[in-house]
Parts: sequence; C-alpha cells; structure tokens
Amino acid sequence: MSALSFRNVWVEYGNQVVLERINIEIASGTFLSIVGPSGAGKSTFLRLILGQERPTQGKVLLDGEPFPAEPGPDRGIVFQRYSVFPHLTVLGNVLLGYEFAERPLTARLVGASRREAIEKSRALIDQVGLGPHCDKYPSALSGGMQQRLAIAQALAKRPRVLLLDEPFGALDPGTRAQMHALIKPLWRDLKMTIVMVTHDIKEAFRLATRLIALDRPRNDPQAPERFGAKITYDLDLTRDGAVPVLGFIRAEAEAAQ
Amino acid sequence: MLPFILIAIVYVIGSAERRAANPDDKLLPPVSEMVETSKRLAVEPDRRSGDYVLWADTAASLQRLALGLGIAALTGLVLGVAIGLLPVAGAGFGTLVAVLSMIPPMAVLPILFIVFGLGELSKVMLIIIGVTPMLVRDLSLEVAAMPREQLIKAQTLGASTWQVAIRVVLPQIMPRLIKCLRLMIGPAFLFLISAEAIASDVGLGYRIFLVRRYLSMDVILPYVAWITLLAYIFDLALVWIGRKAFPWAYEEAPR
Repeated sequence: MSALSFRNVWVEYGNQVVLERINIEIASGTFLSIVGPSGAGKSTFLRLILGQERPTQGKVLLDGEPFPAEPGPDRGIVFQRYSVFPHLTVLGNVLLGYEFAERPLTARLVGASRREAIEKSRALIDQVGLGPHCDKYPSALSGGMQQRLAIAQALAKRPRVLLLDEPFGALDPGTRAQMHALIKPLWRDLKMTIVMVTHDIKEAFRLATRLIALDRPRNDPQAPERFGAKITYDLDLTRDGAVPVLGFIRAEAEAAQ
Repeated sequence: MLPFILIAIVYVIGSAERRAANPDDKLLPPVSEMVETSKRLAVEPDRRSGDYVLWADTAASLQRLALGLGIAALTGLVLGVAIGLLPVAGAGFGTLVAVLSMIPPMAVLPILFIVFGLGELSKVMLIIIGVTPMLVRDLSLEVAAMPREQLIKAQTLGASTWQVAIRVVLPQIMPRLIKCLRLMIGPAFLFLISAEAIASDVGLGYRIFLVRRYLSMDVILPYVAWITLLAYIFDLALVWIGRKAFPWAYEEAPR
C-alpha cells in the first residue's frame, strides 16, 4: 500500500505562491506523470513527496499518515543527474543501501551478511541490465547506464513510492526508449507507486496510468507572484482514450465552494 | 631535463670564473667541493656528537613535517566535513575559520615559543597553525559544493547524517585533500625552516642557518638541493597515492 494524498496544499516562498490549493488522491500502484511548463512547480510537487520541502498550508499524506519532513528510505528518487555516487563501483553503489540499513555506525558490511547483500545487489543490477559492468565506476558508464544504476540503487530499498525527476531528460531518443522498456515492467512487478516529472509529453502519456498538468491559470501582470500553479488537467490513461479523473473534478468543486 | 643541465653548466662556469679571480671565493664553491662536504655530512660521524649530520637533520625535520601535516590533514578533514555538511557548524565556525586563517602564522611564532617552549611541539604547532585553516576552508567549500542530489539520494537510501559523512562525503573529498596537501608542502617547509632557524639544535633549517655564519655555501647549496628534492618526492608520492587509492577521481569520462 502506498497511496498519496494532497489535502489543500499550498507552497509559498515569502510572497511568491508556487503551488495553490492542490487536492489530489493518488491511489496505490499508480504511475503518475506530471507535465507543465518550467516554473510551474513540478519539482516542488515532487519535493513535497520527497519530504525535502513542507507545505505552507495543508497536508501531504502517505497511506493516510503524515511522514517525517525529510527524505527517507520509503521514498526513493532518481534525479536527472548526480544520482549515483562517483566514488563507488556499480556494485558498491547498490550495496550502499544495504550497508546503511544494517550497520548504523560503520555503514560497512563484512562476512556472510556482506555476501548476502552482494547477492541481492547483483540480482538488482542484472535486472536493470548492468550485470557485465559490476566493477566499473560511474564515470566509465554512459548516461543511460548511469540512470539504470540509479534506478537499481533506489529499488534496493524497496521504496513505497519511487520519484523520478526528469530521469530520462538528458538521454538520446534510442536510450530513452530502452529506459521506458525497463521501467514499465519494473513498476508492474514491484507494485510501487511511481511519480515522474517530465518535459516529454509523449513519454508522459506512454508510461503513465494517470497524468496531471500543472500550470498557472491566473496571472496578474502587476503581481506575477500572487497566483501559484494548480492542477489544470488530470487524466486517467488506463482507458482506451485519456479520460478526466472524476475525483479531480469533485475535489475542484469542493475547493471552489 | 635540458633546463636542469643548462643551469648546472652556467653554475660550473660561474664558479670556475670566480675561482680563477679569487682562489678563496666562498660564494660559488666548485661542485667537487660540495660533493666532498656532502660526503662528509652524510657518511662520516660528526666529531663532537657522533651523529651523521645530514641524516640526523633530515630525520628530525621530516618527523616535524610529518607530524604537522598529518595532524593538520586530520583536523582539516574533520572540521571541513563538519562545516561543509552541517549548517549549524557552518554558521558557528565558518566565519571564525575565515578570520583565523588570515592570522600570519609567523606572527604567532613567538607566542608558540613562549607557550610550548623551544622543543618539538612549538615547531609542529607552527606547521599545524599555518596549514590547517587553509585545509579547513578549502575542504568545507568542496563539501558545500557537492551536488545536493547526492546527499538527498543518500538519505533516501536510509543514511543518517553520520553515515552520509563517512560513506558519501569523506571519500569524495579525499582526492581534494591530496591536492591541497600537494600545494601545502611548500608552505609547510617554509614554516618548518623558519621555526628551526630561530630555535633548534638539529634539523635541515637549523643547519643552513648555523653554517650561514661561516659563509659555508658548500653546505647550504647541497642542503637546499636536498630539501627541494625531498619536497618534490613528496609531491610525486602524493600523486601516486591519490591515483592508487582513488582511481575513480582520475578516470577520464568516456565519450
């Protein structure tokens, strides 16, 4: 179970309203993509789930519970860049998650527990197709391979929610297609909730089961900071064609009252 | 290699010229004389103390240098990581370190002599005081400049702040520490020789300043060459250690 709910969430930096009145229920196992122009608060939305940022008003809940206001192992993330540790090999990068959990003081595993963790790590690395590159450092990997590694690394913690912040934005189209072919089955097998921010509309429609668009519907030319972004489209992509999500309309109606 | 040979030739010619004009010239002793003196210092025990002067001096100086640089590196790492990683430490000590690093170390040398006496401690302390602030500042800036993404990623992998410090931050600034140490070998020698020149009874700097009174260029020049050689070897050794211990930092990116 890993349902996310945003209850009347506002994010403001001083006078600047970034997100206003965000109401959305994201069911467990949803693959949600978020699109929208630059500066519409997509990354802020993601950081709210990550716990890197707190809402100014309202609540973000994971399975109905508020979660600690800092990143934790139940929410994994893959960034566009800098997601992997350059000083560790591919194996070391994946292993690190296990080492953090089991050795609070030294964060290093030895003996049988290490062998066990290595086995689990290798399985994950094989799953993302990096098997032959186990002992390479990230600097020797291509951009696509680095993102594969970042995904394997995040999966090691079995996160309830996996956040993808423009994960394939820096990749060439061929590599991007390969990554799509990788992430979809992983999501299906592991039954996690995925929230992906992307600039690529095609990608957003192809991968997701639900799509939201963030935008600023209102703009005051004298005070551009007064109005924040809202969810302007909320589409269910599991049907034959894209259909607006009913709950979205209801939530909007409630909010308008 | 050619520039070195040219310098040597110029020296030999200059030395011969001066000797021709004045057989007692002390300023540019001929190479043969320097070799003779070096041999005496290196392989013959001193008549008074029974020590092999060159080696006794080298051992004393290197011990001070190693202690000073070692302690400075350790302090620099701990404070650098703390200041760069923890906002609280940064706010508390950042400015302090910035101001402290502006104190000219030579200006506090008298204080060190007064407080720590004329023994080994004051010389080691001078090196530490001279080198540490720069290391702390550079390493803390390096830590602060690390991509935020990495720290957040580590947190999502379940790392505590301590674990982030020892498994993510520390290994990644080690290559930077090596670079800093390479640059600080020069200043470290400067502080060492200054301290030895003022108050010591053994050491490379002490010897140079001792024989200065007798205009013994045949001792001073080989000593300077020896110190330079030592510093150069340290530099090479640090590069080698860096490449061996942190291969990832030296690997060229493909493409």
